[in-house]
Amino acid sequence: MIHVKGLVKSFGPTMALRGVNLSVPEGQFLTVVGPNGAGKTTMLRILATLSRPTQGVVQIGGHALPQGAAEVRRHIGLVSHQTLLYGDLSAEENLRFYGRMYDVPDLDARVTQVLEQVGLAHRRRDPVRTFSRGMQQRLAIARAVLHRPSLMLLDEPYTGLDQDAAARLETVMSTVGTEGRTVVMTTHDLERGLAVADRVVILVKGRVAFEANRSELDTAAFKEAYRQHTLA
Amino acid sequence: MSYLRKVAAIIAKDIAAELRTREMLSSMGVFSILVIIVFNFALELTDRQIVLTATPGALWVTIIFAGMLGLNRSLAVELDKGCLDGLLLTPVDRSAIFFGKALGNALFMLIVEVVVLPLFVVFFDVPLIRPWVMVIVVLGTLGFAGVGTLLSSMAVNTRAREVMLPILLFPVAMPELVAAVKATAGAMAGLPVSEWQQWLTLLIVFDVILVAVSFMVFEYVVEE
Repeated sequence: MIHVKGLVKSFGPTMALRGVNLSVPEGQFLTVVGPNGAGKTTMLRILATLSRPTQGVVQIGGHALPQGAAEVRRHIGLVSHQTLLYGDLSAEENLRFYGRMYDVPDLDARVTQVLEQVGLAHRRRDPVRTFSRGMQQRLAIARAVLHRPSLMLLDEPYTGLDQDAAARLETVMSTVGTEGRTVVMTTHDLERGLAVADRVVILVKGRVAFEANRSELDTAAFKEAYRQHTLA
Repeated sequence: MSYLRKVAAIIAKDIAAELRTREMLSSMGVFSILVIIVFNFALELTDRQIVLTATPGALWVTIIFAGMLGLNRSLAVELDKGCLDGLLLTPVDRSAIFFGKALGNALFMLIVEVVVLPLFVVFFDVPLIRPWVMVIVVLGTLGFAGVGTLLSSMAVNTRAREVMLPILLFPVAMPELVAAVKATAGAMAGLPVSEWQQWLTLLIVFDVILVAVSFMVFEYVVEE
């Protein structure tokens, strides 16, 4: 599904990614962790076609970026710590707008369906700015899955949520957001990241420092690997 | 048709958000009225020649500064919660996003101008409500909104974005504004079109150039 080879991204003299190699087969859940400034968000923005690689090969679903970006966008759903929602519009208006942009067939029924899935059908006509942070994140998931993407990109989706809201978001995420999809998630939460992943990657200073399958690790071993590689 | 539907969806979204808050239109409208009042007191209106000479400039100063407020607000809406990224994530041609935002910005400017023009007539007693003046105002607004939308997208990624927008926009839009002022003066004075046609032509040429260049480079401006 995703094939990344020698990915380099620089912003002027600053190199955010220094030759990342990564493969994510279809249906796999990959968790990427790393300290601040490791390049996690930069990598996700490149996969989301929001940023162009400086060097290297990035292929998603057989389409090379940035040339095939337009086709790749049809198959991507992004949930980040920002909701990408218009605060002055209602939940329904936001979803209808994005649905039109994605040419979602039978849009009214689909909007109702995803609002029910994320438990916000009763607030469909309320402006998004009146929602709690947790509700906004659930609506962000509804927005991200509206067009039935095959690849979900999750950029620190639990940021700013209290424990209850994070737990509820996790439930919604697993039932609506990630079920049956290829997923790449960046997070600082090692336990949660490991619990949901099929494979984990530790990114440090723009390079893949560690990579392992979930089955090869327990939480303690993962935390130890993280400590070793981020202290090095 | 799909392309136009996407453009229309972006405009409709901006209108819906504005109808809910009225932040853009109210700030642009109040600012315009204040500017008109200041000009009205500052200029010596007893001399007819001064009024006819100064009004086109005062009109376009009002339009572009009010337009600047609108562009900043339009930009702020897309920056909030990362909505610009949300737009860029959609499988829509970047030019459709550009035209949607630019036409939305132009629409809000035109709505304010519908109020501003009659106020100029009342305060300055000038014959601004003329077909050619309307044509010039619409042309100038389209060009300004077009290049303003492009440059506000550039200013998004700068720290002092509200300051950066006028610094970027005014030099680029200046030739178009000069042409608009001169053409407005000719049309307002009731001169034959042939006497100010060169300014109208210049205005149209700049409109085409500014919108075409904005259309071509928007994709590169909004992507990292």
